Amino acid sequence: MGNSENIIELKHITKSFEDGFAAVNDFNLEIKRGEFVTFLGPSGCGKTTTLRMIAGFETPSSGEILLNGEDISHLPPHIRPINTVFQRYALFPHMNIYENIAFGLKQKKTPKAEIKKQVKKVLELVDLEGFEHRNVSTLSGGQQQRVAIARALVNKPEILLLDEPLGALDLKMRKEMQLELKNMHRELGITFIYVTHDQEEALTMSDKIVVMSAGEIQQIGTPEDIYNEPKNTFVADFIGESNIFNGIMTGSMKARFAGGEFITVDDVKEGTQITAVIRPEDVQIVSPSEGQIKGIVSDVIFKGMHYEITVESGRYEMVIQSTKSATVGDQVGMKVEPDGIHIMIAEDHTNYFNVDMNRDHRLEYNGTILDTSLTKIIKGSKRNEDKQLVDANGEIIDPDKIRIIAAIEPGDIKMTDDAEEVLYRASSPA
Amino acid sequence: MKFSRKVLGIPYAVFLLLFVVAPLLVLFYYAFTNGDGQFTISNLTGFFTDPNALGTLCYSFALSFVTTLLCLFLAYPTAYFLATSKIKAKSVVIMIFVMPMWINFSLRITALKEILDAIEGNLSAYPFLNSVLGMTYDFLPFMILPIYNVIVKLPVSLTEAARDLGATPWRAFVHVTLPMSVPGIVSGVSMVFLPAMTNYVVLDMLYNSTYIMGSLIGSYFSNDNWNGGSMIALILLLIICLFTLFSNTLEADDSSVRGGALL
Repeated sequence: MGNSENIIELKHITKSFEDGFAAVNDFNLEIKRGEFVTFLGPSGCGKTTTLRMIAGFETPSSGEILLNGEDISHLPPHIRPINTVFQRYALFPHMNIYENIAFGLKQKKTPKAEIKKQVKKVLELVDLEGFEHRNVSTLSGGQQQRVAIARALVNKPEILLLDEPLGALDLKMRKEMQLELKNMHRELGITFIYVTHDQEEALTMSDKIVVMSAGEIQQIGTPEDIYNEPKNTFVADFIGESNIFNGIMTGSMKARFAGGEFITVDDVKEGTQITAVIRPEDVQIVSPSEGQIKGIVSDVIFKGMHYEITVESGRYEMVIQSTKSATVGDQVGMKVEPDGIHIMIAEDHTNYFNVDMNRDHRLEYNGTILDTSLTKIIKGSKRNEDKQLVDANGEIIDPDKIRIIAAIEPGDIKMTDDAEEVLYRASSPA
Repeated sequence: MKFSRKVLGIPYAVFLLLFVVAPLLVLFYYAFTNGDGQFTISNLTGFFTDPNALGTLCYSFALSFVTTLLCLFLAYPTAYFLATSKIKAKSVVIMIFVMPMWINFSLRITALKEILDAIEGNLSAYPFLNSVLGMTYDFLPFMILPIYNVIVKLPVSLTEAARDLGATPWRAFVHVTLPMSVPGIVSGVSMVFLPAMTNYVVLDMLYNSTYIMGSLIGSYFSNDNWNGGSMIALILLLIICLFTLFSNTLEADDSSVRGGALL
């Protein structure tokens, strides 16, 4: 059994839909009692699917969801002590506010007097005293949102799930609700799991952020960790604004990228290929002689709190946030302190391609026949007299039913000046 | 005259005058006059003192009521299944229910007659049952479609919210899906109940002696009693108006769910 501090644990959760789309892949997460956890990622990254599996609307294809140490992954939603605030509130339009909030308690056969007391209490919590007999359609978006929160909280769930709850509100309202939700979380001590694609919202509210992309966790950490120490280029790019450069370590705590030499705080072995991330606010504009690199100002945009200045330096481009403006066309120097540079070891640059099997049962990519032994790739297959590929049972394999992914290592690519002569070497299939 | 958008409304206004307003006025005229063109309310009093006419009204109500109920019981589960299931051949199934509407009405009823004849031996032995079966067969699609239209537009998140708040699948249906599909039911009922009171052609074709409001009006007209027939038609019109008013107040409670109303 899991750690008793953890209210919920997701172990090796995988979800693929009937059409074969894998929404979530090997998702592992532990959430402590009372934590405010945010699933953050672009749309389609699997964050909502994961939330729906916790709520019980989807069943994982494999893996376990442990609530207080017990597997609940196959329990129907109405038995789980978990409540959800839906994206578009999902208030019942044929009931008034009181009936909406009382719905959950009625299902539990709570006595009428008790329901009345609880509804009154929770309406106070969300600042909607006296709204009991109002109709849903007469409320503003923000008020509907509060009712949706009240309707979930009145059931005293062990975990409250919030699926992009502020997405439909305007900016000012959203900021207000962020603070209120944060306060509610502090007061009630309930575990919150929050889904959003808004990185600022995630950074403001969460104790822990889970950054997701393409069904996989990219990084788990506190907002500070995620912002200051992104694990890969996806996280660096998605959270806040970043200048991302490829480079190489040129010595102990010394790196070369963007056409300059920089001192770093991360100690990586000399000669290692690296990716450097620099936040726009960590770059200072100085005189051309003082900076580590210099360039020409190509763009200045006023953003209210600061100016966003783009400087071109040879092939590179640096985005800088500064309270001081600059003049387009001026030559400037750029200076970055060592703690403003985040160094990541460059990701594996293996290239993956979808390749097709053609009618002659040969692998084809972009019209080029790949010289690979297919019988080695497909287990038990061999070629018959007509050179057709047959499976272990002797049946001809339908090319349309086979998907092959070729992985090509950068070192295996030979560069030629004649495009026709490019050689592909397909290695082990995925 | 300057061309404005109002001009585009003229053809429709002419149509309304010719085919809606004028016939209604003629109906009123006949209903409140006698054969010599003199004003009278004897047609009205005549209807409510004629035990035969009142009996027919009651019988028509009973027949319509049973037909509507049967249609509803058949249509609701069908519409619900069609709207909520994820089967791939959904459009084919919907087509199967809609297709009879495209086949000539008299052909369908004749086919039904032959089947009933083969089963019952003597059609005139079960007039009420045969009337109900014939009308149900004829009107079922009109009940299925409005209910389907409403359920298919209900946001899935509402049932999910109910389940999330602790409702079993059955309770989620009873407390959320069913009340929210009322507009569809109301419009389906009005599509079936009112025609079922007057559509005597179905009964005639089933060699049925059953006498309903439609048959009554028909019999007045075939005896050249335009005044009496008009009065009965007017009374039916009033009943329809009352019914529609009633169903509109039902729907007004539910301004968020639209699309069920075919009327």
